[in-house]
Formats: sequence, C-alpha cells, structure tokens
Amino acid sequence: MSNHLLLSIAGLTKVFGGLVAVNQISFDIQAGEVVGLLGPNGSGKTTLMNLISGALRPTQGSVTLEGRRLTGLPPHRIAATGVARTFQLVRVLPSLSALENVMVGAVFGPDQVSPGAARAVARSVLERVGLGGREHLHPAEMTYIDQKRIELARALAADPRILLLDEWLAGLNPTELQTGIELIRSLQAEGRTVLMVEHVMDAIRSLCDRCVVMSAGSKLAEGTPAEVLANPDVIRAYLGDDHA
Amino acid sequence: MLFLILFTSLLLGGAYALMAMGLTLQYGVARIMNLSIGETLVGAAFAAFWLQTQAQVGPLWGLLVITPAAFVLNWLIYRHLLTPLVRRAKNRGMLEVDSILATFGLLFILQGVMLALFGGNYYSYSYFSEPVELFGHTFALNRIVAFAVAAAVALALYLGLNRTRTGTAVRAVSVDPVAAGLVAIDVARTSALAFAIGGALTACGGALLSMFLTFNASMGVVFTTKALIIVIMGGVGDPRGAVIAALLLALAETTVATLVDPGLTLAATYGLFVLILLFRPQGIMGRRTA
Amino acid sequence: MNTREVLIMAASGLLLAGLACLPLADEGFWLTLGISLAGYVAMSTAWALFSGPTSYVSLATAAFFGTGAYVVVNLGETAPWPVVLVVAAVCGALLALLAGMATLRLTGVHFVIFTFGLAELIRQLVTWYQTNIGGAVGQYVFVDISSAQIYWQLLALCGLVFLAGWAINRSRLGLALRVIGDDETVAAHSGINTARVKLLLFCISGAFIAVVGAVLAPRWTYIEPSIAFNSMISFQVVIMALLGGSRRLWGPLVGVIPFTVLYELISGHFPNHTHLLLGTAFLLIVYFLPQGVAGRIEQLRLRRTHRETHAARSPATLGETAR
Ligand SMILES: Nc1ncnc2c1ncn2[C@@H]1O[C@H](COP(=O)(O)OP(=O)(O)OP(=O)(O)O)[C@@H](O)[C@H]1O
Ligand SMILES: [Mg+2]
Repeated sequence: MSNHLLLSIAGLTKVFGGLVAVNQISFDIQAGEVVGLLGPNGSGKTTLMNLISGALRPTQGSVTLEGRRLTGLPPHRIAATGVARTFQLVRVLPSLSALENVMVGAVFGPDQVSPGAARAVARSVLERVGLGGREHLHPAEMTYIDQKRIELARALAADPRILLLDEWLAGLNPTELQTGIELIRSLQAEGRTVLMVEHVMDAIRSLCDRCVVMSAGSKLAEGTPAEVLANPDVIRAYLGDDHA
Repeated sequence: MLFLILFTSLLLGGAYALMAMGLTLQYGVARIMNLSIGETLVGAAFAAFWLQTQAQVGPLWGLLVITPAAFVLNWLIYRHLLTPLVRRAKNRGMLEVDSILATFGLLFILQGVMLALFGGNYYSYSYFSEPVELFGHTFALNRIVAFAVAAAVALALYLGLNRTRTGTAVRAVSVDPVAAGLVAIDVARTSALAFAIGGALTACGGALLSMFLTFNASMGVVFTTKALIIVIMGGVGDPRGAVIAALLLALAETTVATLVDPGLTLAATYGLFVLILLFRPQGIMGRRTA
Repeated sequence: MNTREVLIMAASGLLLAGLACLPLADEGFWLTLGISLAGYVAMSTAWALFSGPTSYVSLATAAFFGTGAYVVVNLGETAPWPVVLVVAAVCGALLALLAGMATLRLTGVHFVIFTFGLAELIRQLVTWYQTNIGGAVGQYVFVDISSAQIYWQLLALCGLVFLAGWAINRSRLGLALRVIGDDETVAAHSGINTARVKLLLFCISGAFIAVVGAVLAPRWTYIEPSIAFNSMISFQVVIMALLGGSRRLWGPLVGVIPFTVLYELISGHFPNHTHLLLGTAFLLIVYFLPQGVAGRIEQLRLRRTHRETHAARSPATLGETAR
C-alpha cells in the first residue's frame, strides 16, 4: 500500500440562498485510508459528497485528486478520474437488470471497459457483494438491501481510486450490518480508499482509520474514531449541551 | 419612434401577460404543462366575436360570461381529465410527459371543434376602434381599453395571491406540494383552483386580444409558443416574472415588426428565448435549483 | 450475432425484398399508400431512436422534414441525387445540433417548447428570405424520379434506420441512452457525458428525417414553406411512435400502419375532422396505452412468465406466506 496523498479538500464552501451548508471544510485523504464523515442530521455531509462528485458546484474552495483539480468539472469528467459513489437514497436503474446496472460502472468508468468484458467484471463484482446467481433479476424484484448492494457493485465495477459511500450501511438489520461491515473491510484490505458518511457507531469504530466530524456545515473535529468520539464538542453537537 | 414602440408594446404586453400568468399558474402550481393554452385563448376570442356579432353583447360585458365559463371548463378538465394523470405519475418527469401528451389531445380537439364551427378564415370585429391622440401619436381606443382591463385583472390577481388565505395556499403549493400537504393545505383542490384560474386568465386575455387582433381557428399554436417562452423567461411559477417577460416579449416583437419586418416576429421571440436559455435558463425571476 | 438475430435479419431482408415488389403489381392507390407508410415508418422509427429512451418529446420533425425538402428545392436540379441526399442528412444533423445545443442541457420541458415552434420559426425565416432576398415564395421542383423509385428509396431508408437502431442498441451508446432514460444523475456520475449522448442521437434522428423530406420532396411539383414545414407532420409522427411504443425498435412500425390507414380514410371522407382524430388518438393513448402496443405486449408476456415461474415454485412460496 503506497501511502501518498490522494484527495485534498481545501476551504470547500457551499451556500444555498442564505444557508451555508458547507463552510470552509479542509482535510486530506491518503491512498488506502478509510475515512469516516460524521455529523448530526443536516450538518452538510451529503452536500460535501455532492461537491466532491460534481453533483454540485462549490461556492468556494477546491477538491484535488492526486494534484489534479476537480473543482468545477462536470460529474462525468470527475467519474472518469476515478471517483465513484453511492447515493443516500438508493438510485438503481429500474429498466436494467442487476448485471446491466453493474456493467454501467465498468463500461463508462475510468477504464472504459468494452461491453463484453464488462459483463465478466459485473459478474465477479456481483458475486463479491453477495448477489451471485441473481444477475438477471431487475431491481423491482429485489429488496432494498439488495438494491443497495447493486449500487455498491456499480461503483466498484468502475475500479475507482476513491469510493464515496453515503450512509451505505443505514437501514440494515444486525446480520446484514455484519456482512456489510465485512464487505467494506475486504475493500480496505485490498487497499481501496473510501470516504464514508455513517451514523452507525460500530461500523465507524471498526472500519475507519480516521474521522472528520461536521456540525452545521463546519468541521468540528478530526482524528481517530476514539479521539473524535470522546471529544466534548462532538458529544455536544450530537446530544446537546447537557451532556458535555 | 422610440416612444411609439415602447407604448405599443406596453399595450400589447398587457394581454400577453394575462395569458402567461395563466400558464405559469397552471404549470407552476398545478404542475400541468398545458400545451392547449393557445386554443383556450383563441376559443375566448371566438366567443367574444360571437357575442359581439350575434348577441350584440360587447366584449367587455362578454368578459363577465367568458371568464367564469373558462374557469368552470378548466376546473372540469383538471378534475376529470388531468387528475388521473397526476395520481398515476410516479415522478415529476412522468407527469410532465403525460400532461404534454394529454394537452396535445385537447389542443387538437379544441382546434377541431373551432374549425368545424368557424372554418379556417380570419375573423375580426370592430369595437371601440376610434383613434385616440396620446402624446402626439394616435392609438386605437380598443388597445388602450384592453390594456387597462388587463392591468386591473393582473393587479387583482396579485392582491388575491398575496393578501388572501387561498392565495397563500396557492403560493405554498407552488413552492412545495408535499410540504404544503403537510400543513393541511388541500393540494388537489388548490391545484384544481390554480388550473381553473389560469384558464380563466387566459380566456380573459383572449377576449381582450380579439378587440384589436384578427384571429383564426388554427392560430393557437403561435400563442402557446409565446406563452411558453414568456413563462420560461419569467421563471416558472412567478406571476411577476411573467408580467416582466410578457412586456419584454411584446417589446422585442414590436421593435422587430416596426423596424425590420412584421413577418419576423416569431424570429424575434426565438432570439430572446435562445438568449435566456443560454444565459439564464432558470428565468429572469427564477432561482437556480440544484 | 446469435442465431436468433441472424434469423431476424434474414426475415427482415426477405420482407423488404417482398415489399419492394409492390410497384410491379400496382402503380396507383397501393403505391401511394406504400410511399406514405414507408415515409412514416422511417420518420417515426428515427424519432423514437432519440425520443424513446430519453423521453424528450421532440416536435422538430417538421423542421427536419422541411429542411430536407428545401435542400432538394435548391440543389435538386444541379447536384447528383446521392449528393442531394447526403447534403439533406448533413443539414438535418446541423439543425439538430443547433437546436440541441440550446436546449438539451436543460429539462425536457425546455426542449419540447423549443421544438414546438421550431418548424414555424424556420417557415417564417424561409418565407421572409424568399420575399425579401431570394425571389418568389413558392418554387417548382424538377427532379426526374418515378414514384416507384421514391418508394424503393424510402424502403431502403427504413432498412437503414432499423440497422442503425440495432447497431446503437448493441453499442455503448445504446447502454448510455438506457441509463440516461432511467436516471440522468446516475448516468452522469457513472461517467456518461449525457449532453453529448443526447446531442449525438438527436443529430442521427434529425439526419434520417431530413432525408425522408428530401426523398419525398419531388412528390410535390410545387413547394412553398407552408407545405414543407407543416407542423402536423411532427404531431402525426409522435402519435404513431407512441401508439406503437417508442421504447422498442419495432414499436413505431406497429403504430404507423393502423394510424396511417385510419388517417387516410378520415382525411379522404371527412377532411375537416382530422384534428378531432388526432386529438382523440392522443387522449386514448395517454389514458389507455401509455406504453404503446409494444409495451403492452411486453407487459402481458412478462406477466405470463411471472405466473409460470411462480407456479413452478409454488410450494416454497406457499410455505413462506404461511409462516
Ligand atoms: N439542493 C439544495 N438546496 C437547498 N438546500 C439544500 C440542498 N441540499 C441540501 N440543502 C440543505 O443543506 C443542509 C445540509 O444538508 P445535507 O443533506 O448535506 O445534510 P446531511 O449531513 O447529509 O444530513 P443527513 O444526515 O440527514 O443526511 C440542510 O439544511 C439541507 O436542507
Ligand atoms: Mg445526507
């Protein structure tokens, strides 16, 4: 695992009308790290993800991937540099089969795999997320969890340099949660870089090398999971003043 | 010359504004892209013509018949024809496509009925057509009367939207139908009301236009195009934007018709439209959404 | 290509060859009907290439069609016929490029509105040009071409459109279109340049329609802007494609035949009631056949296979529901 600077976020700001949803956020991610993005509801985590993936243009600040400036590029160009993501509200393609859904990631991803070869890639990724043998079902015939798996598989099929997961573990029952955590751990083991928004504390403690905590758009703390979860400011942000 | 152009476009813009406010209510609040709005307008023009020539009722009194009739008709159309589409649509995009196709149907049916009744000829009638001297230029009195009525109706609408409970409900649905439903606004009823008011405004604009324009049964499409472009220019769902954009459009048309060629008015409209699309696609008054 | 596709190809080839024999049997009514059917099949299939997967309702058909016809008016006598057709295709694609660049970045509504008045706009511009700069408004078309030749060219064009559609469906472009049709946000985040894909398809579709306009232009000996840029064509093409189903390559074909026959009948017997027919057809399709005939057939087939698989698995499913 080569430990070099992969993604660098500097002074990133997004204003919606009068609301500052993301306020001067800066942090770095090293290659091979799994970084957790934490914060109470409405603190701007999804907006930050949207700024990185190009769904939104920042009001100020920059995002750099290995020295290449991503700020202001349209989402398809950012995807081509190796940024892949899942969405908080799962987005699968209803008229495509599971296999085709996942192929999309490989065919249009940074490697531009040919449709024939993408089929093979999609099969193996589906196998990996636990959907082996169900390639030909359509999303409508699958459960919510399996749809989330398809979405992760689609992102993985692109063989991304960095994977953005927006509450991918939310809504899973305890057994599924364990499988989900194992899955992300296996990604970590193969050296993938992941930025994950998460509320599930177990997952954060066991997976993240480092965490960034946001509150009301600003960065509140940064450090190992144990450090940030013990930080009085963080506790106050989550639970209110009385608990600090 | 400049004054003449400005004043003429102001007079024309009044009637356009009514039609555009009608469409912006129908699309912005009831979420129906009504492509038969031009036929509503032309239908009202024919109604005014018929009342004037056959029943000896002038168009101003005629408005008292035409506007409520259009209100009722549009209410019925929304309730019985469009509500099933609203219910069926899984998302905004589906409703958009469905409503476009359904109102195409209406467009052709209305046009077919008018063709059957009046044929393809041009119609006009004379009403208040004596010249009036204003600031050294002569204008037909009917244009001035039409503008005055349009301005009064627009003002009434503005006050209605901003000063009454129902108006507030209409504006709330326009901003966010789901949230409006959560604060106990009857979204279905409010949408039907907005659609019906939109139709009534358009009909009113049509009756006023008929006082000074010649029209025929297949002209609706041209007005629909204008109304659509005004609404996009003004910013969807914003009656103030519709008024400003209507005046701008009338200005562009009048300028081109006076200085270049009356045969190029649509080109002027499109020129304006393309500028808006390229530089301010959310419209003059619209806010950029993500 | 698998065996099924080879069979379909061979069958389509035979069918085309069979249809091409029509002028040998009849030069009158049936040939006229054949020309009109072939023209509409080519146009509505080309329309659906773009509008089917993207759900952008294009009303620019008349604009492309008229552009093709006007290429013939201007070049028909001087340039060789194949060159005329190529120029028509290029002009159609250019017009699509311009219209698409202004609107395709934006929403479907912007696009519909823009295309809604496009034919009318070009008609006005051509009329203005001809009255002020280029002489007479109407012009004669002198191209030495028989009805049978027009028919054959249209048949060949239909074949080409279907081939193009088939090739697109198999390519990355086809997959990209399906993704865009389902969810543009996902498409963009997967690396698809959505604006470019839409623009490309719109140009292909516009080029084909312009060629239909060019091939059909010699049918009128006299052309004026209101004939060539008749916006009814746009609406008819939309109706036919939707009736058949615009999400399948063969869908529009299914819609064209009944609608054209009905339209010819009605316009023959009650020329003033074609509007009512169009209007009723739109409403009937929206309310009762929203996916078109092709979509309906697919739905029924899906339901049947579903029932079969369920029947086969019934003990297990019963066990599950009992739990
Ligand atoms: N497109 C938008 N337009 C206007 N405001 C927005 C938009 N997107 C997000 N916001 C606002 O920005 C703030 C941050 O939202 P965001 O979705 O980023 O929060 P979050 O941290 O992801 O919350 P959650 O944990 O609930 O997912 C919220 O107040 C939200 O209402
Ligand atoms: Mg979020």
